[in-house]
Amino acid sequence: MTDLVQQDVRTQETRAMSVTATKSRYQSAEFSDRLRRRYAAERRFRLAGMAAVGIASLMLVVLLGSIVGKGYTAFWQTQIRLEVTLDKTQVEEGNYMPVLRQALYAVVPEVTDRAGRRSLNELLSSGAPYQLEAMVKANPSIVGTKQTVWVLADDEVDQFMKGFIRRDVPESERRLNDIKIGALDKLAAAGAVKSAFNTTLFTAGDSREPEQAGIWGAIVGSFLTLVVTMLLSVPIGIAAAVYLEEFAPKNRWTDLIEVNINNLAAVPSIIFGLLGLAVFLGFFGMPRSAPLVGGLVMALMTLPVIIIASRVALKAVPPSIREAALGVGASPLQTVAHHVLPLAMPGILTGTIIGMARALGETAPLLMIGMVAFIVDIPHGLTDSATALPVQIYMWADSPERAFTERTSAAILVLLAFLILMNGLAVFLRKKFERRW
Amino acid sequence: MQITVLLLVLVLLTVIGFQLGRSRAAASVGGRTVELHSVPSYHGFYVALWAGLPALLLFALWSASEGWMVMQMVLAGLPDRLTQVDAQALSLLRADILNLAHGVNTGREPDPAVAAAAEQYVRLRSLGDWSLLVIGSCLAMGGLLYARGRITPDLRARNRVERTVNVALVICSLVAILTTIGIVLSLLFEAMRFFAVVSPIDFLFGTHWSPQMAMRADQVGSSGSFGAIPLFAGTLLITAIAMAVAVPVGLMSAIFMSEYANPHLRTWLKPILEVLAGIPTVVYGFFAALTMAPFVRGLGQGLGLDVSSESALAAGIVMGVMIIPFVSSLSDDVINAVPQSLRDGSYGLGATKSETIRLVVLPAALPGIVAAVMLAVSRAIGETMIVTMAAGLTANLTANPLEAVTTVTTQIATLLVGDQEFDSPKTLSAFGLGLVLFLVTLTLNMVALRVVQKYREKYD
Repeated sequence: MTDLVQQDVRTQETRAMSVTATKSRYQSAEFSDRLRRRYAAERRFRLAGMAAVGIASLMLVVLLGSIVGKGYTAFWQTQIRLEVTLDKTQVEEGNYMPVLRQALYAVVPEVTDRAGRRSLNELLSSGAPYQLEAMVKANPSIVGTKQTVWVLADDEVDQFMKGFIRRDVPESERRLNDIKIGALDKLAAAGAVKSAFNTTLFTAGDSREPEQAGIWGAIVGSFLTLVVTMLLSVPIGIAAAVYLEEFAPKNRWTDLIEVNINNLAAVPSIIFGLLGLAVFLGFFGMPRSAPLVGGLVMALMTLPVIIIASRVALKAVPPSIREAALGVGASPLQTVAHHVLPLAMPGILTGTIIGMARALGETAPLLMIGMVAFIVDIPHGLTDSATALPVQIYMWADSPERAFTERTSAAILVLLAFLILMNGLAVFLRKKFERRW
Repeated sequence: MQITVLLLVLVLLTVIGFQLGRSRAAASVGGRTVELHSVPSYHGFYVALWAGLPALLLFALWSASEGWMVMQMVLAGLPDRLTQVDAQALSLLRADILNLAHGVNTGREPDPAVAAAAEQYVRLRSLGDWSLLVIGSCLAMGGLLYARGRITPDLRARNRVERTVNVALVICSLVAILTTIGIVLSLLFEAMRFFAVVSPIDFLFGTHWSPQMAMRADQVGSSGSFGAIPLFAGTLLITAIAMAVAVPVGLMSAIFMSEYANPHLRTWLKPILEVLAGIPTVVYGFFAALTMAPFVRGLGQGLGLDVSSESALAAGIVMGVMIIPFVSSLSDDVINAVPQSLRDGSYGLGATKSETIRLVVLPAALPGIVAAVMLAVSRAIGETMIVTMAAGLTANLTANPLEAVTTVTTQIATLLVGDQEFDSPKTLSAFGLGLVLFLVTLTLNMVALRVVQKYREKYD
């Protein structure tokens, strides 16, 4: 029945159209041409949008891919097994290097000339004797006996074993000469070369020798800096946010403070470094390269971030909560301390963690206050000379050795792991405690 | 050591003070706490504040002035031949004493008088720390006993505590102002010293930058030359390249994410941009120097172009990538703020989605987008690590993106890293550059805020 009616209507329409004109303007060739062009423009616009998102994603993939690709090999390093005879007199004199070298010469007895032996010497890391020394110190009874030890190989040997130094290039252009490669082949054939997990990277401080260089010193430095930053910026930031959001009268002064905070958030980080250099080092005479100063500068830098995030969190608490508390006789301060602040805490924490993550990745202000020094020792206190993880990355990135490039990428991976951990925590907190009113 | 002990003592006394105050207040009314003016815990806070605050203030003042006072005492004890010298030698002497006192090896045999002074310095410092510990503890104890003695049922403990807390809150919110004042004063002060040597006109309009200072007075080119135009040009070039990457990509991603992407796609795309925003700049710098620069160079050589290994193009592109999420998230906000009714009206007239966006949404959001771009420019100008690692150090006055240029931030970083001297025009010039950088970024931020406020269309 309905079908019939519709058909009827349709036939009436066609009839009406054929009466007025053969074609309406909506069916003209110009119109459909225009429509086609408009739809093509629509598709192009949409594609441009997709391309933009695609470029951003591609850059992220390339960036992370290139760093992982360069860095993953740094988590392993080459060790060489040697049969050493711990001669009593040499041990007492602390001459561990000759002990190791004798053992190495014994592996390739055919190399006897000075130049050849010097090449052999370069197979071992200059840190190898310290490994042996530590072994003897731990167990003095092994002096005078024959022992099997695994010692660190030189970074170039390490690069060769990882395949970054190719053996098919002519000897003159190769970092490792034929004598070294011959000795290594011999050692490898005897199973005396292995690739072990690179514990040095996670336990040592900086070093000029890539195979002995680690990021532990930088991690401790970063940690100390962050502790100072947190202890200062979190209480001050929350207090400032509470004042501005809950107590401050609306007048020119508070407007000034607000504008000020917004501007501070956009000041380039290197300017904060200049401030630290001129005020904390120059005026107050604080020590250079100290995590204390680094933390102070970072605290001033993250303060606006924390204030802004805390204000947003405080603003999200509905006024009814405040009115109820005031209604039962709480003082304004009690209202804030007992009700508003606890409810805003998850948001404040999230903002704080994100601010701390930013401070952890920040480099430029630390360069200004001298945390860019070559420091081998692990810092023990807030005024010890220290460096920080991003600064360590900056310094290693300058080193020409391939082995340092590898370690730079590894250090970046560690830094990114920390950042992901912190941001993950922030997301988790937000998800767990998020509250809609 | 003594300082740690003092802080521990203070924490302990504050906690004890709180407990004592609370129990005393309750005891003063025989446990009927309704008769008190304030709840007992306010009496606790009252005593705790009296125990902690004065000692803490003393501690702050003491540690700010102790080093200086001890140094004056030590200097007063030195023979005149060492102390009756010009300011520069005196500051050197101070540094020597400090180095010796902290056991830093200066590499030269110290003057016996200076060595004795250093010993005296260490002795006085330790004496000072001990007396601070004793005086601080006594002060805290005294404050505690005084406040405890004042507890009566009528004591307006709540009002007093709240007033103190209020003052503390105001002080905390003033830290931001103090920081700004500190920045302005330190930059101005050091820049003034620089401009006393190099005229501001030469600095702002000179076209030759080579800040080397002479070791000897008769050396060729001993004065150095501080014409900052090449640095400004380099900064502008790299910023322009960065903007050419970041603005189209960032804006189009924002449009795609807010207008086209379905919620499912959005949940995947948003984190990608957030990760891009969270990557530290030093990582971008490493990427620019070791991956992007060789790639750009290789590409240029493939096309027969001569590309510098530290080309402005590589640094600019990577900086652009860094700024994409910044532009995108700011534009996303302003695009979402355009009311739906405008879009609906446009659709009702038969416009396609892209026409609606181009002709209705973007014009409505334009002030916000302009502000976002200005903030992004200010970010790019102030960015340090990417250019320090990937752009060059040679001050070229060129508009060719394939050549190496240097920027303001790169120069600040390289002029001040590893330099202990604080009075040569070379290091001071960094503060001159810093002042320019601060003023430019500040102006950009202020103008961006003004643009948003002034030109925002109000639809509701």
